[in-house]
Amino acid sequence: MTDTIVIAELNKGKIHSTTSELVAAAGMIGGSCTVVVPCSDSSIADSISSTSGIDKIIVAKSDMFASYDASGWCSAIDSISPSGIIITSASPQSKDLAARLAARRKISVVQDVIAIENGNLTSPIYSGKAMQTVSLNGDVVISIRQNVFDAAPEGGSAEISVMDASGNVTTAVKELISRASARLDVSEANIIISGGRGMGSPENFSHLEKIADTLGAAVGASRAAVDTWDDIPHSMQVGQTGKTVNPNLYIAVGISGAIQHLAGMRSSKYIVAINKDPDAPIFQHADYGIVATWEEALPVLQSSLSAMM
Amino acid sequence: MAKIAVLVKQVPDTNSKIIVSGNSVDLSSVKMVMSPYDEFAVENALRHRESSGGTVTAITVGGAGSEKVLKDAKAIGVDEIVRIDCDSYLDSNALQTILCSMISSEGFDIVYCGKSAADTGAGSTGPGLAEHLGWSSVSNITESSFDDGFSVVAPLNDGNAVIGVNLPAVISCDKGNTKVRKPNVKGIMQAKRASVDVRSCEVPASSVNVVSQSLPAAKPAGKKFEGGQNASEVARLLRDEANII
Repeated sequence: MTDTIVIAELNKGKIHSTTSELVAAAGMIGGSCTVVVPCSDSSIADSISSTSGIDKIIVAKSDMFASYDASGWCSAIDSISPSGIIITSASPQSKDLAARLAARRKISVVQDVIAIENGNLTSPIYSGKAMQTVSLNGDVVISIRQNVFDAAPEGGSAEISVMDASGNVTTAVKELISRASARLDVSEANIIISGGRGMGSPENFSHLEKIADTLGAAVGASRAAVDTWDDIPHSMQVGQTGKTVNPNLYIAVGISGAIQHLAGMRSSKYIVAINKDPDAPIFQHADYGIVATWEEALPVLQSSLSAMM
Repeated sequence: MAKIAVLVKQVPDTNSKIIVSGNSVDLSSVKMVMSPYDEFAVENALRHRESSGGTVTAITVGGAGSEKVLKDAKAIGVDEIVRIDCDSYLDSNALQTILCSMISSEGFDIVYCGKSAADTGAGSTGPGLAEHLGWSSVSNITESSFDDGFSVVAPLNDGNAVIGVNLPAVISCDKGNTKVRKPNVKGIMQAKRASVDVRSCEVPASSVNVVSQSLPAAKPAGKKFEGGQNASEVARLLRDEANII
């Protein structure tokens, strides 16, 4: 049986909770599971050591891991990882790493996996308009979508070993550009509230921001909103030419549900749609739909949610 | 003078409906277009040429039916158009091996590509090709600059960064605020007359093979309410039924 190597997902210098979903996915493939933690501070590995299903944790320690460099990370992680099926998160950075790791080992990569069954892997294609299942003949690297697999439970006690890592860094960060807002980015949020052209003006996005503040959510936008208003930046765009998101809750306000928008958010766990047009396609994908203008619905939603928090 | 390559791929128009017949997607009645992110790759490649001089070569891998994407690139302004003739299924390693062999034998300085193709959405080709070539790479760039060396703006996990890049490199392109140029009449006429440089290749074996393609499982119908006052009921359901709040 093929062994698995899970590359821990990092966020702001800590191990991201999706890492235990990767461990669960590894368990569905079988074999022994090694978790590799790329980091500059080896103490962060403690947070994963009690996750069950891990046979061994290797901390790959290097100052290089403070900032992402595709070539450097790939060479360092490759040299420390045993052979087998490598599993990463399907975040943009980790998909990049997955592709490089596969190429370094002259094997293939399967991205955005959402199901593992009898050794076959399923991923969305055509932006989620269809699904594709592939079979494997030999080792591969796979990336796993967030919020799809249930996390591996607690109850493990894997042994941690620390190794010094080094890699061939070929790019240099000259300057970090602070985000326009301190708000969460849609690609990181577990709850997203997005507005479309139905919001009427970019100023009205302040009503979405209020609810976002209540829920700890990110604010997103449809392509129509981004294209129409200069004040709504592309970084907020959810959809085919924007970001693909997979949150627990996606609230679409004044968004009709064009096929390009659906492509970026249809796999969200729960979808709420608020639209004044009862025939808007977004309602076909919504768990909870409200036929109303945003002016009618948002104040009620805001006060109800505030009362619950 | 830079020798610049841009990878382009023909995919179904993103507005088209995808039909599955039997165990696979049927694209016979779908309009095929240049993958949207590749348009930004072409734009970045042309800007690179304007800044440093040189030539831009658009490359696609596919059968004769995929040449339209090259003509489209030519109409926008690339110099050379090359089709690597291969109509069979390729997994990521097979595709990157073919591209690597062509790119490395012709002395390119830089390769631009889209951040992902609209069909697979994988985004593996840029970084994977870079690793095959032993080059540096930056993915999902939203801006590039040639003042003070070559640098790009790309998202890192903790925010956007200006990143200095040593060439040779593979650069995958996101949309950002990039405005793409459109073909003019002269370009379209030139593209009509342009001949495609067709290359043969050795096709490596694929270790990942497609078992089936299917439509996504239909989502059960949700609950739909009339009137904004029902937002309070939806909030309650999010807490009590969905257990999210």
